[in-house]
Amino acid sequence: MEPTPTNAPVIEFRAVIYTLPNGQQLFHNMNLQVQGGETLVLLGRSGSGKTTTLKLINRLLTPSGGEVRVNGTITAKSDVIRLRRSIGYVIQDVGLFPHFSVERNIGLVPRIEGWPADRIQARVEELLHLVELDSKIASRYPHQLSGGQRQRVGVARALAADPAILLMDEPFGAVDAITRDQLQREFLALQRRLNKTVVFVTHDLREALRLGSRIALMEAGQLVTVLPPQDFLRSTDSLAAAYVQAFREGWDSAANRGTS
Amino acid sequence: MNVVHFFLQHHEEILELTLEHLWLVGISTLLALLLGIPLGIVSAHWPVWNKPVLGTANVIQTVPSLALFGFLLPVPWIGARADRLAILALTLYALLPVIRNTYTGIRGVDPSVVEAGRGMGLTDRQLLLQVELPLAVSVILSGVRVAVVVSVGLATIAAAIGAGGLGELIFRGLAMVNNELILAGAIPAAILALSADFGLGWLERRLQPR
Repeated sequence: MEPTPTNAPVIEFRAVIYTLPNGQQLFHNMNLQVQGGETLVLLGRSGSGKTTTLKLINRLLTPSGGEVRVNGTITAKSDVIRLRRSIGYVIQDVGLFPHFSVERNIGLVPRIEGWPADRIQARVEELLHLVELDSKIASRYPHQLSGGQRQRVGVARALAADPAILLMDEPFGAVDAITRDQLQREFLALQRRLNKTVVFVTHDLREALRLGSRIALMEAGQLVTVLPPQDFLRSTDSLAAAYVQAFREGWDSAANRGTS
Repeated sequence: MNVVHFFLQHHEEILELTLEHLWLVGISTLLALLLGIPLGIVSAHWPVWNKPVLGTANVIQTVPSLALFGFLLPVPWIGARADRLAILALTLYALLPVIRNTYTGIRGVDPSVVEAGRGMGLTDRQLLLQVELPLAVSVILSGVRVAVVVSVGLATIAAAIGAGGLGELIFRGLAMVNNELILAGAIPAAILALSADFGLGWLERRLQPR
């Protein structure tokens, strides 16, 4: 992949419109830029258009109007298979292939890209280590793993061909709170090392505040605002404030009950 | 006792007819797979084709077998030889379970797995060959199993149009009111059906994705 000139956005939405099959229009002229090396979190309720936004980037969906650019190239005009292979993709249900071992799951993109077997194997080892999984796990099948392990394998698989961009759709949504906390911590450590451009979808403000360098708030198919986490907490936008309020409520309500 | 005696006496003829029977079933199953699996894939991927394809296969299934032989008789080349006719009829009957199970098997693949594959940049062909078909294979096989078991039974009727197979013994037995002859055809046919059922069932379990 060509190096992007500094300050040119890695991902860019220009006046994007997307029409759902039922005719409903999302994103009236959405404009959004994602800079190299940042983690942009798309925060919003279900149905707000977060996942749609993500799928417009790797062209699982094509915009009905406007354009999406990845590394300066309009996605609608690029080779869709090349585009997708240059972007790591992690989804909530992980989507590990149940008939493939962990090793084959992780090595899938390198294999279809025609890497030699020894290089794939070395890469799989390296990735397992990177996501803190025991290399003994390589020969196991997805159904033999815990939820947290599956998520890690999903991340390792997305990183396999060393893509510069990573799209993550609620990757830690289906695991328990403690595992999620650990996965988030590992994600931060990983991101410090790898410096990928990440677009991360979540409905959890805590996760957004913790992982995002900027938070893009979405509601009912519209991009409401894009703010760094510290500004998000102080935002006067009513929706952002509602999120912060709901977030504080839980904590306060327990704290105010005092000891019984 | 008589039956055993009869079997021993006629073992060569019974073996020959069994092989003929196997050939009818084998070739027609193979043709049904070659035709039915692609049709199943097409109807699973392009919903427009789903109704016409499955509907046609369904209608064929409802035609009584003797009538089907009759309908096919005037077809050129096919009607010229009894075994061609029998193979075509058996193929047509085997289509429905093959198409339906291919369709069900592919539609049953976890959508998140397909989406992940597509998002990672698998081509449609790679997705089909490496993900969808391997995950659907045990469902497809259970359709093949139904098709084969039904075919073994149906193929006995092929003797009515002179296509050979174990049905010949049965029809001869019926005409001569000879129970031994009927059993000499029916027992091997039953054994064939049961072994096919068992063998394919075993394969189906072996290939079940976890």
